Amino acid sequence: MILKRIGVIGAGVMGIGVAQALAQTQHDVVLIDIQDEILAQARDQIYQNIRLSRLFNSPKESDKTPDELISQITFTTDYQQLHDVDFVVENSTEKWSIKKEIYPQLDAICPPEAVFAANTSCISITRIGSVTNRADQIVGMHFMNPVPMKPTVEVIRGYHTSDEALGIAQQFLAGMNKDCIVVNDSPGFVSNRVLMLTINEAAFLLHEGVSNAEDVDQIFKKCFGHKMGPLETADLIGLDTILYSIEVLHESFADSKYRPCPLLQKMVDAGLYGRKSGTGFYSYQ
Amino acid sequence: MEAEIKQQIRAFLAKHFKNYDLQDDEDIFSLGFVNSLFAMQIVLFVEQQMGVTIANEELQLDNFRTINAMTNLITSKREPAA
Repeated sequence: MILKRIGVIGAGVMGIGVAQALAQTQHDVVLIDIQDEILAQARDQIYQNIRLSRLFNSPKESDKTPDELISQITFTTDYQQLHDVDFVVENSTEKWSIKKEIYPQLDAICPPEAVFAANTSCISITRIGSVTNRADQIVGMHFMNPVPMKPTVEVIRGYHTSDEALGIAQQFLAGMNKDCIVVNDSPGFVSNRVLMLTINEAAFLLHEGVSNAEDVDQIFKKCFGHKMGPLETADLIGLDTILYSIEVLHESFADSKYRPCPLLQKMVDAGLYGRKSGTGFYSYQ
Repeated sequence: MEAEIKQQIRAFLAKHFKNYDLQDDEDIFSLGFVNSLFAMQIVLFVEQQMGVTIANEELQLDNFRTINAMTNLITSKREPAA
């Protein structure tokens, strides 16, 4: 199967990263969002990111320039442009009320053989399948941020996902020079279920005065050899997203072990979201 | 002017190198606490705060590896071409 023209839904942080990584691996991209303004910002951001990516891979003569790569991406608000895509990666906001409106549209417009990948860290892939007529062609694809630099993706098999669709998803990722690890559908999959509990527990350690943010992170980095500690990771992801993810786990499993730490709740209420707001467990101002 | 540039770079880096006395010729990427995101922030700092535009061919880690390297890059960009 040829996977050349790819639909990317949502021009937020993840959609931008996916579109950039696809352009840099010789794909044509249709990047969709609901507002022209967001698309214009996305274009600037992708341009800047492509430019800065030269820092890490010394460019060869044959490499395309940022302008050439950007021209492989169509920025549009028009879903009809997806009528001839080979594969779709959907990266809209992690809210069911939003995703459940998007999938029936994709289902109606995209070619019947196209596989849809939901880039999510918490929404049920099986549930997404239920609002389409192609539940066997829906897979979960939990990309890590920043997408162009992270080599491995958590791939999720929904209840109805076929082996064939999973194979196409793996072929698609190989075309982006990425590996994947396949897991079954369950709230938080593997990555978020473990990571969110770890971050939540680290927040409890601060809350109870057992340690401070620097020392918690240093233990993970210096003792375990992790590249980043849980609290700086939380600041990078955004504390609002972390809280939301823990709430989803708490609700889905109805298990008190997922109860959000009061300190985390308080920080989110105070607008301390991490890097994106300038302050979180650390200050970035 | 050079001393002033170094001072501004040091102030920017200090947030990421708490409790560490960073030397002007020390390789910040070899110290283990700089990741790729921070490397990109350094470039944006040089462009936005120091007011120089980095050409594509100058986007090499070597130009940002030490306080001295960054200072040289900024001074060379600010000097009128001879």
